[in-house]
Amino acid sequence: MADSNFEPKIVAFVCNWCTYTRAHLAGTSRMKYQSNVRMIRLPCTGRIDPMFIVKAFESGADGVLISGCHPGDCHYTAGNFHARRRWILFRQLLKFVGIDETRVFFSWVSASEGKKWVDVINEVTDTVRNKGPFNNYHKLNKEFTLNV
Amino acid sequence: MDIGYYPGCSLTGTAREYDQSIRKVLSELGINLIEIEDWSCCGATSAHATNHLLSVALPLRNFNLAAKQGIKEIFIPCAACYNRFVVAKRDVEQNSQLKKEVEEILEEEVVTNFNIVNMVQIFKMIGKDNILARRQKELSGLKVAAYYGCLLLRPPSAVNFDDAEEPSSMEEIIKFTGAEPINWNFKTECCGASHSITNTNVVLNLSKRIIDDALEMGAEAIVVACPMCHSNLDMRQRNMSKIDSGHKNMPILYLPELVGLSLGLDKESLGLNLHFIDTDPLLSRFSMAIVAKE
Amino acid sequence: MRIGVFVCHCGENIGKTVDCPAVAKEVIKFPNVVYAIDYKYMCSDPGQNMIKQAITEHKLNAVVVASCSPHMHEKTFRKACSAAGLNPYMCEIANIREHCSWVHDNIEEATKKAIDLIRMTVERVKFNAPLAEIKVPITKKALVIGGGISGIQAALDIAGAGFKVILVEKEPSIGGHMSQLSETFPTLDCSQCILTPRMVEAYQHPNIKLYTYSEVENVDGFIGNFKVTIRKKARSVREDLCTGCGLCVQKCPIKKAPSEFDEGLSNRPAIYVPFPQAVPNIPVIDRTVCTYFKTGKCQMCKKVCGREAIDFEQKDQLITEDVGAIIVATGYKLYKINKKDSDSTVKGYGEYGYGKYRDVIDGLQFERLASASGPTAGEILRPSDRKQPKKVVFIQCVGSRDESKGFSYCSKICCMYTAKHAMLYKHKVHDGEAYVFYMDIRSGGKGYDEFVRRAIEEDHVKYIRGRVSRVYEKNGKYIVKGEDTLSSVPIEIEADMVVLATAMVAQPEASKLAQTLGIPYDKYGFYAEVHPKLRPVESSSGGIFLAGACQSPRDIPESVAMASAAASKALVLFGNEMLEREPVVAKVNENTCVGCFYCKKVCAYNAIDLKEIRDKKGNLIKVVASVNTGLCQGCGTCNATCPSKSIELIGFNDEQIFYQIKAL
Repeated sequence: MADSNFEPKIVAFVCNWCTYTRAHLAGTSRMKYQSNVRMIRLPCTGRIDPMFIVKAFESGADGVLISGCHPGDCHYTAGNFHARRRWILFRQLLKFVGIDETRVFFSWVSASEGKKWVDVINEVTDTVRNKGPFNNYHKLNKEFTLNV
Repeated sequence: MDIGYYPGCSLTGTAREYDQSIRKVLSELGINLIEIEDWSCCGATSAHATNHLLSVALPLRNFNLAAKQGIKEIFIPCAACYNRFVVAKRDVEQNSQLKKEVEEILEEEVVTNFNIVNMVQIFKMIGKDNILARRQKELSGLKVAAYYGCLLLRPPSAVNFDDAEEPSSMEEIIKFTGAEPINWNFKTECCGASHSITNTNVVLNLSKRIIDDALEMGAEAIVVACPMCHSNLDMRQRNMSKIDSGHKNMPILYLPELVGLSLGLDKESLGLNLHFIDTDPLLSRFSMAIVAKE
Repeated sequence: MRIGVFVCHCGENIGKTVDCPAVAKEVIKFPNVVYAIDYKYMCSDPGQNMIKQAITEHKLNAVVVASCSPHMHEKTFRKACSAAGLNPYMCEIANIREHCSWVHDNIEEATKKAIDLIRMTVERVKFNAPLAEIKVPITKKALVIGGGISGIQAALDIAGAGFKVILVEKEPSIGGHMSQLSETFPTLDCSQCILTPRMVEAYQHPNIKLYTYSEVENVDGFIGNFKVTIRKKARSVREDLCTGCGLCVQKCPIKKAPSEFDEGLSNRPAIYVPFPQAVPNIPVIDRTVCTYFKTGKCQMCKKVCGREAIDFEQKDQLITEDVGAIIVATGYKLYKINKKDSDSTVKGYGEYGYGKYRDVIDGLQFERLASASGPTAGEILRPSDRKQPKKVVFIQCVGSRDESKGFSYCSKICCMYTAKHAMLYKHKVHDGEAYVFYMDIRSGGKGYDEFVRRAIEEDHVKYIRGRVSRVYEKNGKYIVKGEDTLSSVPIEIEADMVVLATAMVAQPEASKLAQTLGIPYDKYGFYAEVHPKLRPVESSSGGIFLAGACQSPRDIPESVAMASAAASKALVLFGNEMLEREPVVAKVNENTCVGCFYCKKVCAYNAIDLKEIRDKKGNLIKVVASVNTGLCQGCGTCNATCPSKSIELIGFNDEQIFYQIKAL
């Protein structure tokens, strides 16, 4: 059961051209959304190594969001297609090793999609809040006190 | 070839001759119809206009019955039923929420992976070669207007088997019989449909326009693939004579009836004797009425 | 490592929701942070001076500025660092405005988030390396693809500034669609009269090299250094010998090939010049209809040519050119409704009878009818019987703004040209009636709305708001069935001619060219600009610019403005001797690279080359990947793909990101 005071940590890996710009514009238009998300800017979703997601969970994230340009709109022509393919495989691996793959979210948000970014952030935050904390890694962290 | 068969209510009532001619002609052409057992209403326009959920659930019940009989392909001759099945299939395939709701109502999982075939498509599937091989009579010289109505083609995004505004697939079938499909303007014009009951005058005017244009463009008969079109065009012609003394009667044939004539089938087995507008003048052109009276 | 953190209040913009002094107090506790301060406006001169001073006084070797988006002031702060002797790439921005203070209300939460964001950035900057911008030389020559009004304008502008231009046009003549138009809105000046002088100027300009009947086959290279292959299609007429006398055209026995220029309303011979003012005025043989090419007989043109310019054996030529910038101005096509010719996936509007009835025509066909150089010498006559139509119906938005049957976008020019057509018709047929079916009138532009009002008020064109459901023929008339939605009545008009304002669509080969050039395009095939407002004529590939209707439906003034803008972008490039670009590129670790070349497979820019590693004796040890920094655009897909982690994206390498994540 989710702790009523639980506030999840969400990491968002976003591409510089579509989603980062969109998040930038959400700020410019003073749209409000929940403050749980920490954004990491990358040039392209194609740059996302699946290890980033693993490291994020290891570092205490309760949910991970990956967001970039819509398929076909990639600033680098095809980076997001690579990201999508990698994700399809990686999702199966997560499932296989017993990590709740529904804590990883994938969403295409273009630079022009007004409210979509806000909706995505809120939806992801609410979903993860309902799921409760991601304890697998938290426990591991305590037991082995991983200090890299 | 085996194919599932969903006749729908019209074909057991007002359009009995449509059912009769289909069974006769398709069996001649080597098609074995497997009627869906315990089939129920498709909801037609009434469900569609009042309750979306009901209008989707009704066709899907029949899908599930068909699945239990091992049917993969369903032939639906009535344009209204065909339309409901195609649209319901699309709706649940695109909307998982709706699918869930329907599954709750039916208390079973919904199956939609059927190939739905209409009256024009089934003749296309049978193919020109097969029809020509069994053809007894070439209906050469007979000028026929192909009338599609609305439900066979719309909405194009769901139905998607011919151009919704400039269809031409029925004409192809007509050519198999040796008859000549004419070029005319009202192939997809509204006949008034179910206003037939509530607002007969509207139907009278709309249907008359269709018949008049076909006459003007030289048609000797109109061919349809929809019981509603047939009843409006065939049955209402008597009243048309009342509002226009110069009205000329136009025989309205179902597509399988026309094909049946070219296969040499007789008038009664095709149900042509059940029409309001006398088809004898047409048949006598090909000395067919005589066969029927033997 | 000694890191300084500078927290900006941005007046109230950040300071109102983020407790900046508290943030500064907290971040000073982070390991390696030796200096932290908050200030009202970091981007102001005093703010920048604070950074400069701190760098010297506290011997900082990395800086984090917590402020607005890096898209805003990253350059400002990097410059300030550079002025204080710190490598600019040792400065990173933590975005606490757009991503924090502006999108959250709760001070406590926002302050906490700001601290987190700074911590992550501090961890990241520890792994930054001093970098230098990459310098590449520039070929100061431009390629313009498309010889319509946009391409001509762009070519003339660049040539006028003293740089060489290659102008490539796929048709036998330059001029594009504008050369087909009769008169232009809203001034009604004659299209050819204003265009042809430009065509001649482009032809004669010493800086412009013109390739007509040619297409761009391949493009290699990158901004400043493109290598272009042009296919010069066999014209069968030698340009160096032909004088343009036109005798061959007169004598050609084939007379019945439909004229492309007249949109099929007239015929042309097999050897032809598209129109009298064509540039260059050199004929071309259409090999698909020429008797000689079909049967090996005839050769009439060759017999009559005194200059022996006819060359049946001519073959396509491939020419390579080096250019530094490319301007794409390939224009548009009109959506063809009849199924036969339709190259589009959209198949609606069979109900209008286009292709079935000869007097149902499209906008460009009407232009030819109204043009003094057209098949009827400017008289409005029906194509079927050459009679003057007394009632003409114009239907707008055929294909445009119609998601179910056509395209969802507005073609933009149709409201204006339909008003012009109706007006021209009324000017030529005084007793005629003109009807226009419209959805909305979109006449934004200088003098545009006045023009439409003039059509309605002075020329009495009848505007009906509503759609047409069907057009059919009856007793030699075309019955147009529609609805007047303002009075909610169905109407039928017995017209003599129907003109359809069909949608403007992308050229059928637009996506193919986009793939050759490596530029993105939308689902309709229109080329995509980098930023719709601030960078409207640049494609996302450096050095490739867009002009005119290849980017979206455009009218002539807009196309010309875009062309000049694209030309000025090319000139900005040519104003430099060397090109500087951000050093965000991939780098290979040759020690660990095993030469699997997955990086090469995923690279969209062909930026990975093979490099042989040899020992001192010259024996091959292994083949590794090598990055062409000129081509690499810095997406980092190779970095994420590499199985042995031997290729890193500088500025976004694994350490930087892992430690950023670690600091969560």
